[in-house]
This record gives sequence, C-alpha cells and structure tokens, in this order.
Amino acid sequence: MTSENLIYLVALPLFSSALLMLLGRRADRWGHVFATLISASTFVIGAMEFFAMIDRPEASRAVTQKLFTWISVGTFNVDAGLVLDQLSIAFVLLITGVGTLIHIYSIAYMSHDRDRRRFFAYLNFFIAAMLLLVLGDSYLNLYVGWEGVGLASYLLIGFWNQQPEYATAAKKAFVANRAGDFGLSVAVMIAFANFGAVSFVGIEEKVDGASQTALTAMGLMLLLAAAGKSAQFPLQAWLGDAMAGPTPVSALIHAATMVTAGVYLITRSNFIFDNAPTAQLAVVMVGIITLLFGAVIGMAKDDIKKALAASTMSQIGYMIMASGFGPAGYAFAIMHLLTHGFFKAGLFLGAGSVMHGMNDEVNMRRYGGLARFMPITSITFGLGYLAIIGVPPFAGFYSKDKIIETAFNTGGLQGVLFGSAALLGAVITAFYMTRLMLMTFFGNKRWVSGAEPHESPFLMWAPMAVLALGSAASGYLLYSGKAIVKWLAPVVDRDHHEHAEFLPAIVVTTLAVVAVIIGVAVAFIKYRGELSESAPSDVSIFTRVTRRDLLQDDANEFLFMRPGQKLTQVLVKTDESVIDGAVRAVGSSVLGSARGMRKLQTGYVRNYALLILIGALVALLAALVVTI
Amino acid sequence: MNPTNYLYLSAILFSIGAVGVVVRKNAIVVFMCIELMLNAANLAFVTFAKINGNLEGQVMAFFTMVVAACEVVVGLAIIVTIFRSRRSASVDDASLLSR
Repeated sequence: MTSENLIYLVALPLFSSALLMLLGRRADRWGHVFATLISASTFVIGAMEFFAMIDRPEASRAVTQKLFTWISVGTFNVDAGLVLDQLSIAFVLLITGVGTLIHIYSIAYMSHDRDRRRFFAYLNFFIAAMLLLVLGDSYLNLYVGWEGVGLASYLLIGFWNQQPEYATAAKKAFVANRAGDFGLSVAVMIAFANFGAVSFVGIEEKVDGASQTALTAMGLMLLLAAAGKSAQFPLQAWLGDAMAGPTPVSALIHAATMVTAGVYLITRSNFIFDNAPTAQLAVVMVGIITLLFGAVIGMAKDDIKKALAASTMSQIGYMIMASGFGPAGYAFAIMHLLTHGFFKAGLFLGAGSVMHGMNDEVNMRRYGGLARFMPITSITFGLGYLAIIGVPPFAGFYSKDKIIETAFNTGGLQGVLFGSAALLGAVITAFYMTRLMLMTFFGNKRWVSGAEPHESPFLMWAPMAVLALGSAASGYLLYSGKAIVKWLAPVVDRDHHEHAEFLPAIVVTTLAVVAVIIGVAVAFIKYRGELSESAPSDVSIFTRVTRRDLLQDDANEFLFMRPGQKLTQVLVKTDESVIDGAVRAVGSSVLGSARGMRKLQTGYVRNYALLILIGALVALLAALVVTI
Repeated sequence: MNPTNYLYLSAILFSIGAVGVVVRKNAIVVFMCIELMLNAANLAFVTFAKINGNLEGQVMAFFTMVVAACEVVVGLAIIVTIFRSRRSASVDDASLLSR
C-alpha cells in the first residue's frame, strides 16, 4: 500500500529547522514554540498513521511512499523511498512522542540561554534526520538519516562550544561515529556487490542464494556501524563525554533515540543476521561485553549524567544482545528499547531538573537529601528508577526479564553463560541506580554553599510526569497478551518460530527479582549513612581503574591516538625529506647549471662576433666535408 | 684576367674585415670592418655573375648595398648615441648584459 503522508514526517521538522536557522535572531521570540508545535504535529501524523495501521489486516499494514528516482544506472535503480511498517511505526511514535515532551521541557530548561532558538532548530533537525533513518526503505536512504543524526548529535553536544572541552567532546563523538559509519558504508558496498541491490526488500529476496562469507562480512560491518552509533564496545568511549551537551539532548539523543539506532539497524537487517550465525554470535558478544562494561563504569561515577550515560551504554548492551538472539530476541530488543526510551529519558530529565535546582552542579557527592525539596522530581525519578532496575510491575521488569529469559533459552552452556552475564548486569544495574538514588535524594545534605534547591517549573515537570507514567505502565501495555511480539512478527519473525524453553519462565523471573534485591541491598548497606563531600581516595586499584572508565580512553590513546600521531610524524618527515627534497633538488640543480652556463654570456660584443665567426667556419667546413 | 683572382681578393678582404671585427675595440673601426666584409661579399657575387654569365649575382650585390645603407644609418645612430651618453666609443665598455 502506498501513502502520500509519510514525507511530511520528515519534511515538516526539516523545514522548521531551516526556517529557524535562516531567520536567525528574528525568530528568537517564537522559535521555540514553533519548533515544539512542529514536533507535536509530527507526533499527531505518526499517531494517525498508527491508528490507520491497526485498522488494516496484518498482511497490508506496511505503507510505502516513493519520493523520486535517486540513482538510475543501467539495471541498478535506487529510489528515494520511505516505508512505514510495524517496526518503524514503533520508532516514529517513540521519536516524535519523547521528542515532543523533550521540546516542551527544553522551553523551560533553556529559557536563560541566548541561543535557545538555535537549540530548537538543531532539535528539529535531529527529529527530521532520525525519522528519515527509521523510514528509509534502503540502506542508502537509511545512511542519509544515519549521517544526519550524527551531525545533529555533534552540533548539540558542542552546543556550548565556547568551552573548549565541550567542543572536544563533540569532536570525539563525531570521530567515533565516523568509525562506525565506515562500517555502514562498507556494508552497503557488500550488499551492492553481492546482491546488486541496496533496498531492504531487494536484498531480502536474494539472501537465500548468497554466500555465507558475504552475509557474515555484511553482518559484521553492520555490527561495527551499530557499535559506533550505539556506543557499544569497542567504540563506546564517546558516550560519557557526550554528556557535555545540554541535558535535554542527553535525554533525547544520547539515551532515548539516536543511540538506539544501532539496535534498529540490526533488527531491520534481520534477514542478514538470521542467515549469518557467526555475525549473530559477534552481536551477542558485543552486547554482553558492553552491558557489563557500562554497568561497571556506572558503579564508580560521581557525575550524575555520566552515571546515567554508563547505564545507557549498559542497557543498549542488553538490546544489542537480545537482537543477536535472532527471531526470538528482536521483539524483546525493541520492547526494551521502547521502555528504556521512557525511563531513561525520564531519568535524564530528572537529572536535568536536579541540576536546574542546584546551580548546574553535576557531582552527586554535593547533592543529598533533595527528596524533601524536589518532591515531584524525586517521585518521577523514583518511578524511572524502579523501572530501570526491573522491579515488577514497572516497565523495565517486563523487557529485561524477557531478555534474560531469551538468553537462557538459547540453550546449553552458552545459554547459561549468556543468561548469567545478563543477570550479573541486572545486579550491578540495581546497585548503581540505588547508589545514584540514595546519593541524590536521600542522606545528608552536602550542598555547595549558596545552593537553594527548588522544584522545577510546570513545563519541566509535566514531561517528566508523562515519562514516569510511561516508565510505570509501558512494560505491561507492551507485553500484555504478547502484544509487541505479535505486532512485530511480520517484520522480524515471518516464519513464526517456536522457541524452546530451557528454563521455565517463572524460574528466570525469580532469579531476576533476586538479582535486583541483591543489588539494592548491597547499595543500601554501602550508601545508607553519612557520605563525605569528596570521593574517598584510599580505594582499591579496581575502583581507581573503574573511575577512569575502565581505561577506555587510555586504551584508545595507546592503540590509536599515539600510533596515529607517530604515523603522522613519520609522514611529515617523509614529506619534508623525500618529496620536498626531490622538488628542491630539481630546483637547485637547474639553478646550479644555470649559474655555470651564465659564464658563457660575457656581454662583450667581440666575443659574440668571434663565436659567430667560428660557428660560420665550422658550418662551412662541415658543408665542405659533406660535399667532398 | 682570370676571374678566380677576384675571388682570392674577396676572400682576403673578408678575412681582414672579420679579424678587424674581432680584435678592434673602437666601434667606428668595427663598423668599417663590417662594411669591408659586406663589400667583399659583393665582390664575390659580381665575380660569380661574371663566371656564370648571368645577372643574378649582380642583382644580389644591389640588394646588399641597399641593406648596407640602411644598416649604416641605424648603426651610426646607435654609436653616436652611445658616445654621447658615455663619452666612449669602445665596444668593450658596452657590456651591461653581463652584469
């Protein structure tokens, strides 16, 4: 089925963004309201499409729109086209819904900033690019949106680029993303070389006859792309620094939507991964490593936003791992993505609200006892907290429990390992989130002198309240009657696999709840009493390494930055000595021989006359010799 | 008389002229030597015309005389101008190109 309305989802925010940027200061007074209305209107379009989709029978739910013929070379055709199916509508609603809430929040949060209009222009640009990413019907169209969100992320991380370290953080994110984008472009090339097509439908038709090597290579390249965008191991180092951006950006881009694009990419490429078991195993491994890596970092962070960023990394690790389990896992990866979109965005907005009340202080060691002063923030934050650690019946419980269950159900020793890692992640998640909660809202006051914590204005707490409701209820709504699994089945599980049960569901659920209780209890014992205003320095080497983000930056510097600098130095030397040397040698040899030859020119007329005479005589002699 | 003798005379005159151009410094003398060489060539032309019994050599001699007349006008003008500016008619003094 075709539709004419899909383009408006992308075009409206793009137009608004361009308008706000072109009008400049003239739009300062109404720019934020305009951008918010545009964002809300995309949500309305998305909701209308969603209800229209529900009304249609399952087979004809997806709608497409061809915009124009993009590339036409011989038999190779790429149309710029959009497709809205069961998978992309979930993303459209998440992006526009959470996006609109964060637009509303930003009106208040950024009200003291001179460049609020520019901020909203970038936010709208991000919405447009992200929607293009999830709506594109081929890898090339997806790539355009993929680069667009990367640009938006760069612009917004460096929004306060008058501070050099923020500008550096933006560059770091951009460079790490480029490494991932390289993977995506290679994947597109592999698709073109092996299938002669780049559209999802076109590739899917030809997957059956494809070689295992090509599929595995493409899968691994797509995984690299996902790792870059979703801050997965080994490209995870940028996410912590990305917290330099304004908090609404951290909530929207670096928690709820953009960083989950990697999960979307893998789920969308299910026809590749389902036929490439090696690549799938790599996906699971990357997911497990990152989910533990992020969780461990989260335990040691005192900066509230960086702790949440580490948590985001870890939660996306869960999603990546789940999407590596194939048809059994895709639906749960997307479900965790949606619930995570609610509770993590809510947590970040809560953190922003706390910062708003505490003069932009981010160090949790200088918080404490804020629950009494910020009742609404602490309640909405608390609901997000209960959701992320997975307390039933909050959202995170359903999605995470299902992922752990699927991990165990892969069977055998492998399944036990995967499941145990996921359970361990759940324990650590419960620990660091409880620690964060206790340090911020409870315990003794450790405020910086002059701090006067106060509740945030309505425009800020209203979005937080909506997201908190989502954190509480979305899990049940998505999972009741296996709604999400059935909804996504036409896209990710066409053959309706029967998934074997390795452990009974009730056992896994019990294990997950026990994991949460252990994590919470340990954190409670450790962070219950009075805390000092600065982090203790007499700590084990393990803690110190964790505070340094498990040496992720040191590893990058050692493996890439230093050798890169060395290589550059060698290249500069080579350029100076070999290439410039050759050029200079040519110049100086011409100059030297010219200096010698110049001696011939004396300037004396009689010399020239003599030479002419000699020349004439020689010519004459030669003529004579030739004739004789 | 054997016309070949005129050719010998022409060769001798030309050699004197050539040596004069190379060894003398005074621009006027150098100039006169050039004239001498031109006239030696003229003599050779006329002699060849006589030997071959046609007029082509004679015509060539007239051309040479016209060109020589023009050359004298331009050359003398240059020499006079140089002499006026530097009070010298030595060709070695006019060697600015080498500096």
